[in-house]
Amino acid sequence: MSLELVWFCLGALSLAAYVVLDGFDLGTGILHFVAPATARERALSMKSIGPVWDGNEVWLLAAAATLYLAFPKLYATAISGFYLPVTILIWLLAFRALGIEMKHHLHHPLWDEIWDVAFFGASTLITLFLGVALGNLVRGVSIDASGKFFAPLWTNFAVGEEVGILDWFTLLVGLTATASVALHGAIWLAHRVEGPVETRARKLVAPLAIVTLLSLLLTSAGLVVVRPDLPASLALRPLVFLLPALALVGLGAALGLARRGDYRRAFLGSATFLAAMVLTAAATIYPNVIVARIGERSISASAAKAGEYGLSVGLYWWIPGVLLAMSYFAFLYRKLPRALRDADLDDHTD
Amino acid sequence: MDATFLHRLQFAFTITYHYLFPQLTMGLGLVIVILKYRATFKGDVVAAECARFLAKLFALNFVMGVVTGIPMEFQFGAGWSRFAEAAGGVIGQTLAMEGVFAFFLESSFLYLLIFGEKKLSPRAHFASAVAVMTGSWASAYFIIVTNAWMQHPVGHEVLADGSIELTSLSAYLLNPWAPVQFAHTIAGSCLTAFVVTASLGAFYTLMGSHQAHAAKLLKVGVIGGLVAAISMAMPTGDLQARLVIKHQPIAFAAMEGHFHTEDSAGLALIGQPNMETMTLDNPIVVPSALSFMTYQRFDARIEGLTSFPREEWPDNVPLLYYAYHLMVGIGTLLIGLMAVSALALWRKRLGRTKPLLWALMLALPFPYIANTAGWLTAELGRQPWLIYGLMRTRDGSSTVVSTGNILFALLGYMGLYALLSMLFFFLFVRIVGKGPSVTPVAAEAAT
Repeated sequence: MSLELVWFCLGALSLAAYVVLDGFDLGTGILHFVAPATARERALSMKSIGPVWDGNEVWLLAAAATLYLAFPKLYATAISGFYLPVTILIWLLAFRALGIEMKHHLHHPLWDEIWDVAFFGASTLITLFLGVALGNLVRGVSIDASGKFFAPLWTNFAVGEEVGILDWFTLLVGLTATASVALHGAIWLAHRVEGPVETRARKLVAPLAIVTLLSLLLTSAGLVVVRPDLPASLALRPLVFLLPALALVGLGAALGLARRGDYRRAFLGSATFLAAMVLTAAATIYPNVIVARIGERSISASAAKAGEYGLSVGLYWWIPGVLLAMSYFAFLYRKLPRALRDADLDDHTD
Repeated sequence: MDATFLHRLQFAFTITYHYLFPQLTMGLGLVIVILKYRATFKGDVVAAECARFLAKLFALNFVMGVVTGIPMEFQFGAGWSRFAEAAGGVIGQTLAMEGVFAFFLESSFLYLLIFGEKKLSPRAHFASAVAVMTGSWASAYFIIVTNAWMQHPVGHEVLADGSIELTSLSAYLLNPWAPVQFAHTIAGSCLTAFVVTASLGAFYTLMGSHQAHAAKLLKVGVIGGLVAAISMAMPTGDLQARLVIKHQPIAFAAMEGHFHTEDSAGLALIGQPNMETMTLDNPIVVPSALSFMTYQRFDARIEGLTSFPREEWPDNVPLLYYAYHLMVGIGTLLIGLMAVSALALWRKRLGRTKPLLWALMLALPFPYIANTAGWLTAELGRQPWLIYGLMRTRDGSSTVVSTGNILFALLGYMGLYALLSMLFFFLFVRIVGKGPSVTPVAAEAAT
């Protein structure tokens, strides 16, 4: 296994960790006006992610920085090429953080409302945009002869040579991401909250799983249309098909276990589903790190990678460092209450 | 307005605003650890309540730091893609280390610090305060190593295609510039936190509320503030200046407003740099002092700005000069204020000396100004280089982003940060208004 493949896998795994972990708190946000119905229920729902959302979001920064360490050209080309959507995403992340962290400072219906809307709106748009971003990476971007690109927000919504951020394919990926993450959030709420929120979250699981599956099928069909080269290149690496298979097993397990009322294991099922989907997307991109609409302009992992010394010395601290980070997560999650009740809202020391 | 200028303005604006928050939290982490130590191991009830109170301010500042910090992680790529691509093999290491070793630690234990007092044993709660402080200081170290490499690059090799590869991680992490800059930055952060602590103590004393807590905050703030203010100058500021003289003599001349090479050079205290005549207008100069402070000899020769080629000069000499003089001037005044306050504290007169309490209360913004001016000095002094001696600033910016798009992002950040400022002040005033004592009865009992 080459060093660049090791780092490609570590980058993809960090992104998968981000999607699984931030996924449930984003999903909680997407369902903020569906699962909870009253102001108290919304407070309870938000409280279930309060202690962990920030640590979860750190995985996005860690994944970005890991990819930067290993593939500086990827980071430099992609972040400047996606200048506008990255900037807008950052603003949305800011509003979401405010939505969660401002609310508990004072208790007034107007104050609650504004931050509830911010939390819901930003969570939904962030998930949609991250899905769209993934769609862009899989579909490929319009890299010019000098090896650079600057993606406009949209062109004509068709998938041609000159593409924008938003087109029918990337929006479809965005929709799939939103449905998958909402499903993950519903299972989280069913597992971690008791009372009416739990009941409503349980009822949402099956419909969301069906929407996820349908949009996933549409996306897969669309993928073959926008990347006609893909079937042939994946046929050379048949083991990659294990990943979407694992994703389907995860989704099936999530639905089956939820029906039996085992939401703890169902959560692991939807986590497996999300992680396997991210890894599948990564596999469709490799051996490139940025796919170009004009195939030969794609930027390969070996062309984008940092020096050999940096890549090998990086492994010596990155792996122990991430294991250490996981131990903090394990410690923190074990300190959380198993499931929140309405009465927990009045306990302000918590 | 060319694209590079707008990229610089956007980076300067977002980083300056961002650093108002970590600047406080790094030092406040230490203040909380000190108070928690007294509370946990000495049974000091007032210290426990003060720690809980400051932890609320810490949490508010931490959120602001997170919200304004996320953009920074992406600005290297967004606005500075040619720099990011060339230097990523080196600075990618520390940016990733910051995420892995610092952010996870901070974000995981902050919750336990703020909400975990009843869930954890007192010692475990004390340990989470230490963990949060360690995380924020580690974060600072990794960022400072990144900046130190841009100031004084080591441990790398430049390849034929212009990209820069890491050759020694230990040389990079132990860059001689880094520990000095780290110590100076942390001392500055502690100064901000102790001054804010003392300022709050002075405010409550003058208000006549939370008396026991006010006395505690004053004591911790004044003693810590004195130590921090002195260590800003000696040894950390002095060591930092020596590095600048040795490795960036042009920046040093510009900072001092020293235009012409002289034996026995004077130290300019005030005066306005005049770039037409290459002199200081309305100067007050201490004769021979610059030579003495630099080389401990009154007749030592100090190279002036005009002895260097013009294209090597920092591109904004007056701003660099003012930034440096503001930093040193405010730092010196704060040493004086803290020394006098410490004397009054020792004589047990501080709580009754009204002018001194007023001065302490109103001192609150000044360490922020000094810290900001210090960073301006470091960053403007490095110009015209982005990586000193390796890459010029104008060669590092993104070429694919048009000026209209940069301005769109810049205006958006300004609007967002205006909103953040309003929220911050509103909540800061609320927290300070409620004050440190949980109930009036507890405050009575503690006195």
